[in-house]
Parts: sequence; C-alpha cells; structure tokens
Amino acid sequence: MSALFVVLPLALLLVSGAVFAFLWAARRGQFDDLDTPAVRVLHDDDD
Amino acid sequence: MSQATLAALESAPADVACSHCGLPVPAGLVRADTATQFCCDGCHTVYSVIHGAGLERYYRERAEGRRAAPGDKSYAELDDPAFLSTYCRAAGPGLLEVELFLEHLHCPACVWLVEKLGRVVPGVVSARVDLGRSTVRVLWPPGELRLSALARGLASLGYPPHPRQSADTAELRRREDRALLARMAVAGAVFANAMLLAIALYAGAFQGMDADYQLFFRWSSLLVVSPAVAWSAGEFYRGAWAALRTRTPHMDLPVSLGIVAGFVWGAVNVGRGRGEVYFDSVAAVIFLLLVGRWVQQKRQHAAQNAADLLYSLAPSSARVIEDEGTREVPIEAVPEGARLEVRAGESFPADGTLVEGASTVDASLLTGESRPEEVCAGSRVHAGTLNLSGRVVMLAQSTGQATRIGRLLAAIGEAASRRARIALAADRAAGRFVVGALALAALTLLAWWRIDAERAVENAIALLVVTCPCALGLATPLAVSAAIGKAARRGILVKGGEALERLAAPALVVFDKTGTLTEGRLELEGWDGDADLSSLVAAIESRSAHPIARAFVRALPASDLPVEELVQTPGGGVEARVGRVRVAIGSLGFVRARAEVPAPLEARALAAAASGETPVLVATDGSSRALARFVDPVRADARESLAKLVQLGHRVAILSGDHPGVVESVATRLGVALAFAEGGTTPEGKLARIEDLVARGPVVMVGDGVNDAAALARAHVGIAVHGGAEASLAAADVFTTRPGVQPVLELFEGGRRTLGVIRRNMLLSLGYNLVCATLAVAGAIAPWIAAILMPVSSLTVVTSSYRSKTFPEPS
Repeated sequence: MSALFVVLPLALLLVSGAVFAFLWAARRGQFDDLDTPAVRVLHDDDD
Repeated sequence: MSQATLAALESAPADVACSHCGLPVPAGLVRADTATQFCCDGCHTVYSVIHGAGLERYYRERAEGRRAAPGDKSYAELDDPAFLSTYCRAAGPGLLEVELFLEHLHCPACVWLVEKLGRVVPGVVSARVDLGRSTVRVLWPPGELRLSALARGLASLGYPPHPRQSADTAELRRREDRALLARMAVAGAVFANAMLLAIALYAGAFQGMDADYQLFFRWSSLLVVSPAVAWSAGEFYRGAWAALRTRTPHMDLPVSLGIVAGFVWGAVNVGRGRGEVYFDSVAAVIFLLLVGRWVQQKRQHAAQNAADLLYSLAPSSARVIEDEGTREVPIEAVPEGARLEVRAGESFPADGTLVEGASTVDASLLTGESRPEEVCAGSRVHAGTLNLSGRVVMLAQSTGQATRIGRLLAAIGEAASRRARIALAADRAAGRFVVGALALAALTLLAWWRIDAERAVENAIALLVVTCPCALGLATPLAVSAAIGKAARRGILVKGGEALERLAAPALVVFDKTGTLTEGRLELEGWDGDADLSSLVAAIESRSAHPIARAFVRALPASDLPVEELVQTPGGGVEARVGRVRVAIGSLGFVRARAEVPAPLEARALAAAASGETPVLVATDGSSRALARFVDPVRADARESLAKLVQLGHRVAILSGDHPGVVESVATRLGVALAFAEGGTTPEGKLARIEDLVARGPVVMVGDGVNDAAALARAHVGIAVHGGAEASLAAADVFTTRPGVQPVLELFEGGRRTLGVIRRNMLLSLGYNLVCATLAVAGAIAPWIAAILMPVSSLTVVTSSYRSKTFPEPS
C-alpha cells in the first residue's frame, strides 16, 4: 500500500499536465469557434 | 469547334434565354419543339433535377430574391489610416489582421469559398471564417495589398464585407470567453480528482484506515482543491465583494461564503488532524456553478454580436459629386450640402433632398410602409432607405448620428439598456434566499454554542456548505438553455433567457402588420373587366421589375407576345405597343392622362384605394377597360394562430406604419377588434406607443423591420419574424426562421412550459437544500451525505431541464 505515496503524486502530476495542455489550447483560441471547424473538415484539400 | 457551330453561335439571337441560367442560347441549340431552352447540357441537367424534385419554385424565388448588383463600390474608405488603426491589429512582421462582417454567409460551401480568398486576391495570407458570428478574419500584408482591394475581392465573391466593431471590443469579448473556459476547466479537473480522493477517505471512514494514510489523503485533497478555491472561484468573490459594497444581496455572497468557510475550516481540520473536511463539496460547488455561468455568458455574447451587426450594416461610404467627377468618401467625412450620387439598388447614405432624377424608394426599413414610394427632385429622402429604380443626385443635409435612422438606432440602444435594469431586479429577488441562509447559519452557531463551541462551528460551516445554492444557481440557466436549444431546432432563435420566462405571463401582443401577419408583398386580388387583356398585360409586365409588375407576372399566365416601344414612368405606370394595340397600365392619374376613364370604373378604383387596396387601371387605345386590385395578402396561418393566442389568455393588437385603411381591412380579416388596430404610425410613434403600453402591463412586440427595432427593444419581449431586416433581428429577443405566425404561437406555448420547468427545478433544489439544512442544524450531517446530495441535486435539475418537452417536435 505504501506505493500510494509515490503513485498519488504521480497521478496528480499527470492531471496538472492535462490541465496545462488545455489552458494552452484555450489561450491559443482553439475553443473560440466550435461551429466552423466542423464544416471545414468536410472540404477536400485538393489544392 | 466546327465552322458550322461557330457560325451558329455568332448568329445567336439575343432574345432566346436559357431557362436555367438566363444567358442567351446559341442559335444552333435553340429547339423549336419545346418551351424550355438551354445553353448547355449542364443547365439542362440542373433544370431537370430541380423540376424532377418538384422544386420549380426555385426559379420564382431566385427572380424575387435577386438584388441590385453592389455596383462598383470602391471601399476606398477602408484605406483611411484612421480606419486601419481602429479596426485592424498587427499580427506578425509586416502583417495586419482585420475582422469583417460578411453578408449572405450561410453554409459550408460559403466557408470553403471565402477561405479561398487568396486565389481571388493575391497577397492574402489567410482567411478564417467564423460561421456562427458571420465574420471572416483576414491576415494580409498592408505593404503589398490595400484593404480596399481585399474588400472588393470579397464583394466579388458575393459576400459584401462590412467593418465590424473595433478590434479592441472583439478581442475583449474573446478574452472573457477564454478566461471563463480556463477557470471552468481547472475547476472540472479539481472536482473530479477531489471526488476520487474523497471516496478513498469515505471508504476509510467506514472500513477503517491507517492514520498516516488518512493524513496523506487529507493533505492531498487540500493541495488539489486549492487552485480551484484560489483561482477558479475568483468570479464569485468578485461578485460577492460588489454585492457587499453596494449592499445588495446576491447569489455570489452565500456561494463565496460557503466556499471560503468550507475550505478554511477544512484546512484547519487537516492541520489539527481531526474534524471533518468538505473539500469535495466545495469543488463540486465551484465547478457546477461555473458551468452554469459559462452557458449564460456564451448566450450573452452571442446576443451582443448580433447587436453589432446592426451598426455594421449602415452604408459606410458615399459618392460625392465634385467638379472633376465623383469621389468615394467615408460617410463621416461627407460635408453638409454635398451633392451625392446614389445609384439604383443602393441605400441612401444621408438624409437630404433630391435635386436630380426620379426613382422609387423602398422606405419599409424606416416606415414599415410596404408600397414603394415615388420620389422626384425636391422630395425628402432618408438614410438607410433603398433607392429602387433610377440613378439620382441628392443634397446631403444630415449624416451619421443626426439622420433619422441614426436617432432611431440610438433609441434602440437606450431602450435595450433600460430593460437591462429590470433584469437586475430579478437578481435581487434571488437575494432573499441569501439572507435566509445566512440567518440560519448564525442561528445554528448560537444555538450550538452553549452546548459545544467546536460542534457549533462544525455545524454552521456544514450548513453554509450544504445550502450553497448550487442546484438553485443551475435551475434557471439550465432550464432556459435547454429550452433555447430545443427551440432552435424548431427554427425559433431565442437570445435572452428572461424572454422565455416573460412570455409565460398573459400579455398584450402587439403585431406589426407588414410582413408579420401578411406576406409583405403585393398580390393580384381581383380583376374587374375584360379578361382577354391578360395576355397583353402579362407580356408587358414581364419586362419590368416593379413590384406590381412582378405580382402581375405571378398571377397571369405567361405570354410571349412581342412588346415594342416600352416606356416606364416612375410613379405612374408603363406604356407599350403590342402588335397594333397601344396599352397603358398604371395608377388612376397616369391612365387618366392617356385614356378616357369611365365614371363607374373610376369610382371602383377610388373605393378600392380607400379600403387599402392598390388599384391599377389597364387602358387600350385610349379607353380604360379593366381594373386590377392588389393587396398584401394575410398569411394562411395567421387567423387560427391569433385565436389560439387569445385562448392562452393574451390580448392581440395591431400597430402598423401602413395606411390606416390597409390595417383596418387586415384586422377585419383576422378577427382583431378595430379598437386594437392602429395604422399610419411612424417609427418614433411606435416607440412612444409601446412605451406608453409598457408602463401599463406586459407587452410583447412582434415585428420585422428596422422601423420596429426600437419598439422591439423597448417592449418586454421583442420577437422578429422571418424575412425581417437584420436590424430588427439585433434588437429583438427572439427571431424565428420559419415564416408565419405559427412559430410565434409555439414560442408562447414553449415559454409557458419553460417557466413550469424552472418552477419544478426551483422546488427540487429548495427541497434538497431544506433536507440538508435541517440535517445540518440538527448536527446530523456528515461530509459524505453532503457529497452525495450535492451532485445528485444538480443532476436532478439537469435531467429535469433536458428531458422536458418544452418545444416538442410535431408528431
């Protein structure tokens, strides 16, 4: 059970990594427009 | 291509037009045996598909929807340094970014086309469309490319651009959105992890747990929760601080108190190594309330964006006539007394007097009058109204804010802000809950103090945490946003949440006539006289774009008799020769000047005009032979829907800028009492009338024009119906994308059901709070009970909001 003392901080470290990734994405404006990318993905890159 | 085909192409007669695209058909492809002609196989295929699918109406809609070409607008005003510094911002070395609002941006194909702007305008680095806001953000090098050239490129694709709000406002709103999203994300991660740790602690409490493990988990929880308490919850602290300073109880106050008390006492207990901790409940409160707030803010920003469109749509430049020719200048720089050229299909840029030319003006934007108004030298014209038929020169007398439309727009802004203050009052009512919760906490503390000081603090803190109005804070926003989502699927777009709640109470429903209750266009109502004339009339009128001519074409069977010597007189009518017959079609005055009008026919024409119809006389070779009467027909579903509204307990009234006779006849056809039908109202008059009514009781205004916009904003609820001007859309709380009165009725029913859901949510959450509060006061609550009740109560509210059928699909 003493593994918990290592694993728990490790898990929290992972969580903070995920949170920072999300904050980075939000700051870069990835979530500003949630409608247009959904239609943009339908366009073929034929050029 | 062979010699023969080439020769055939060259000899193509100009008057055989392709049935699909309207371009001339090469003579070699003209077929004698059918009525439809095609210039190529492609057009033939498309035509067959459209007809095969029963969509012939497309061709009619296309003819009606066709707009005057934007002309050769130069957009030179965009190159002004002052414009560049307000509307653009630097985006990298030698690059600028501008956000433009685009008209007619609807679908994925539009996105594709606009984002290929770089191919039309070489030099454009990137163009990114935001479909939800109808905007495009363009990155371009100002050193190599002028913004005006870029704008002309967008206009040539069919998306006339308009400068949007200043770059600062847009950026500010975007930053607000991102900040709240970030707070919510952190709170969400904290909530999930605090919950995991709490489950371990609760399991330990029931099954036993080593002291050092328990200590470790408690310290970990404290660490995990602190970012949410210190940063994510900042929103609530700011609201609470403002509430304290202004001495107005606000929902943020008990929330902040609960969060801070729960966290601080928990931290103390962790340090002491005994007592209860409520970290998971604190995290749940922060996260769930932030979700509610985020939903609300998104809706609010969408509404603000829509309002900005209003200001973008006004013409931004004018063509000033000078000695050496015309010059396009920004509207702000037009001097008083300047001579301005306005071409057919353009809006007037200023208020003033016509000095040259004659035309018809569509003033429905301003007055709501559906009939085009005839103007000639000396007539007054107003900014924002549309010049329909001819090139004119006007003398500018006032521009910008000083114009009639400018003053009207200012009135909209003022009316909207006045209404926002009413919404604040509703917030204050929620504050009563606050006072109750605080009083109860104080009481608990006092009552337990005499028994046990430590338990007194424990119980008071527990009470503050569990009565944190979490479900209560979610009850209204969730019910409303769920209903708004369902309404949108039914073609009803609701901007403000309060609108739905207000629609539930019985109100006076004021309809604007033009285009709301009626179709908003003229249709042939009756034909008195010689029926044989119809083919002559159809042949002549098919050559004209006048609204009456189009109504003739819709009503009469098509005719291809050859028409010669066609002369149109703006404000009068049309004359032409068909074969050897000279035909004059037009108003009473126009025909009387050219032909003899028998007294009975004249009397009938005058009677028709008095009852709100538009009479048109037809004369051949000097004698009048028929009278055609036009009306703006009432929509098919209007009468039934109005009757249902009355059944729901509302009163119905009509307030219109149209001729009183027209309004009276519409009221009679719809079964509305004449005392509740008022015609000939100016936009200013409408606003005054609505203000008067608003003082006496709840008023819902249903309209469609800019002329209604101020009244729409001032009424308790403004509803803009399909086909209306974009400006009324911005001012209204609700916009329907389906025509007719039926969606308005659905909206009222949906509003009533939504209020029911809100009440149910309130009862549910108050019930949970009551149970929790009782347990806490009695000192019988444990953190794990709070931890279960808190999310369960919120979940009940969420389910109840999203499962209820507020706007049902038709079965």
